Amino acid sequence: MLGLNRKDTIFFLIVIALTLLTPFLMQPFGESSPLAQFNGGYPDLMAKVAIFGIFAIGFNILFGLTGYLSFGHAAFLGVGSYAAVWMFKLLTLNVFPAVILAVIMSGLLALVIGWISLRRSGIYFSILTLAMAEMAYRLAYSVLTPITNGETGLQVRPTDPRILDGPGAADYPNLFGLELSRSWKLEIGDHLFTFNVGYYFCAAFAILAFYISLRIFRSPFGLMLRAVKANQQRMNYTGLNPKPYTLAAFVISGMYAGLAGGLMAAMDPLAGAERMQWTVGGEVVIMTILGGAGTLMGPVLGAGTIKYLENIFSKINENVLHQWFSFLPDGLENVVVWIVSRFTGEGWALALGLVFMLVVAFLPGGLVEGGRRIAGLWRRWRRGDGGDGGESGDEAAHRPPSTPHVAE
Amino acid sequence: MDQIILQFINGLDKGSAYALIALGLTLIFGTLGVVNFAHGTLFMLGAFCAVVMQRILSLSAITIDPTQKDFLGRPLEVKTPYVELWFGPEIGQTLIEWSVPLALLLAIPFMALVGWVMERGVIKHFYKRPHADQILVTFGLAIVIQEIMKEIFGANPIPVPAPRAFAGSLDFGVLLGFAPNEIVYPYWRFVYFLFSSVILMAVFAFLRYTTFGMVVRAGMADRETVGILGINIDKRFSIMFAIAAIVAGVAGVMYAPINSPNYHMGMDFLVISFVVVVVGGMGSLAGAVLAGFLLGILESFASMNVVKDLLPGIDQIIIYLTAIVVLLLRPRGLLGKRGVMED
Repeated sequence: MLGLNRKDTIFFLIVIALTLLTPFLMQPFGESSPLAQFNGGYPDLMAKVAIFGIFAIGFNILFGLTGYLSFGHAAFLGVGSYAAVWMFKLLTLNVFPAVILAVIMSGLLALVIGWISLRRSGIYFSILTLAMAEMAYRLAYSVLTPITNGETGLQVRPTDPRILDGPGAADYPNLFGLELSRSWKLEIGDHLFTFNVGYYFCAAFAILAFYISLRIFRSPFGLMLRAVKANQQRMNYTGLNPKPYTLAAFVISGMYAGLAGGLMAAMDPLAGAERMQWTVGGEVVIMTILGGAGTLMGPVLGAGTIKYLENIFSKINENVLHQWFSFLPDGLENVVVWIVSRFTGEGWALALGLVFMLVVAFLPGGLVEGGRRIAGLWRRWRRGDGGDGGESGDEAAHRPPSTPHVAE
Repeated sequence: MDQIILQFINGLDKGSAYALIALGLTLIFGTLGVVNFAHGTLFMLGAFCAVVMQRILSLSAITIDPTQKDFLGRPLEVKTPYVELWFGPEIGQTLIEWSVPLALLLAIPFMALVGWVMERGVIKHFYKRPHADQILVTFGLAIVIQEIMKEIFGANPIPVPAPRAFAGSLDFGVLLGFAPNEIVYPYWRFVYFLFSSVILMAVFAFLRYTTFGMVVRAGMADRETVGILGINIDKRFSIMFAIAAIVAGVAGVMYAPINSPNYHMGMDFLVISFVVVVVGGMGSLAGAVLAGFLLGILESFASMNVVKDLLPGIDQIIIYLTAIVVLLLRPRGLLGKRGVMED
């Protein structure tokens, strides 16, 4: 189906099902249960997961396949947002033109930045992209203020021309009249599920993004990109020029970032330069690696995990912690709460940094590799020879050594 | 003319901060072959050493003075710093005032310790890994250190005054025969420039004229041969990491009065320092220093009104623009050696 083989079709269908059922999956606890704060099924968070999922999938096409580590992808996100908001202001609050322009503009910017940055590889490429993104960010704050509205950020105002919208048109981003902020609620017993137009709009794009990335991974083009990562020199010797392939991957991943930026603006019609700061580009690096660079599901998993935990962790304050650990003796409780509270609430970034370091150090394949390892252990344990060291050593000998997930 | 001189000396203090950080980065890269994204946080830790020293010196004994009343009518609590109690009010006051230079005494052992822990605890395990892995793990380390500092000292910048003796400004123009108040330069920035020049020279002299430095330079050129000669080069390289940490740390201490320490100043300086290293040439110590001053001065020239009118926004992007041009025209940087990470 759709040019995929049987296995991939099943995989893709599972992804579609998971995406569509997210409002259920992220809302596993009843409203009155004490675990209700772990529910993540509200529209804002779900849309964020989908949007950052798209961002990370795109980043993975560049980094996971070719090994080029870009720190500058925030620039494309920002440009996508600005382009979308300008479409809202000038043409219509319908989201389609906005998203399309966001993709086109970020693609053009990616073409320019990629064409320059890809003259170098390794750390020089990282620094060049970092410098480009930082330039874009600073220009957005200073000289480009007429376009970006500087520190205030670009907003949709009632006085905007919006030439395609009639007088009675909706004044919120909409999908042919259907407002993105509209939600339907479904109550089953104690559970409350929210179905939001905006989320499904983003989810549709996320599925499309995933499908394209799946096709790229399986295509001859994807094979070329892997060749760039494996050994550029040999690729040169066989008479292939790696530059067009890497540039294409860079532009594609830039367009993904632009799409994510456009969707961000569609969910909340506002664009600010802080989206272009290089730390945002660093965030997508963290997401991709945490999930597993070079794998299909990894980036999405990473984006989902980080956005979900960010939401949950930052809500946990000391009172909540005292409730949790109230079974401990008083002195110990205070100590435990003090320690845990360093990593929750405001300290969430600290926990993220630590986890990220551990993943880079011990699990270079990210969550996906972790899952595979656990599955492998489980399978061996099921076969009944879990304790047999000889078997696992033998298996390791048969498997080719895994390549590092980053190229030089 | 006076404008040009003014911008030139304005660029010196920023340039010397860039040069010091970039020098440390290059030392680490040249010896250990590690791209250290956490180097900016070492600069930040140094700046916070100044804050800590100031707080230690101002630790106060609280005595109740029954003769005076506060606005609620209770006996007034008088805070007297311990140093004033111990050394008398005059010396005590001077000590508190001079907390920034005194913080160097705290910063040197502390930064050496931090550098040692960082190298032995984290970076050691990444020598054999690809550069991108090193970037990623040190990037994570930078986030962790930054967040810890935010947790301890809060998110707001903490002002640390310079000693009162250096509070004013030097009328530099008069010395060169210009009218008074044309070229004014704060004393502390002048001190900072002198200080960093001394540090830079000390590092170069250390590498050039000591046996230890000679071995390190030999190891940078050909690690294997030095190892075969029976010298434990790894140990010396670890010590160089600690030295690089100290250089970044003292640069941070003295920078505290110029730029109030905040938790993200490390990241701000890091990006620029990397650009500096790349412009100077990866692995070239002299290149790092040259590029540091060059970019600092260029930045301050770009902020002149004449230039800004000509090219709007140039002051914001000049550093990055220079880096891009240099990288494209001369990939190994200004003074980079042939073959050292040219691609």
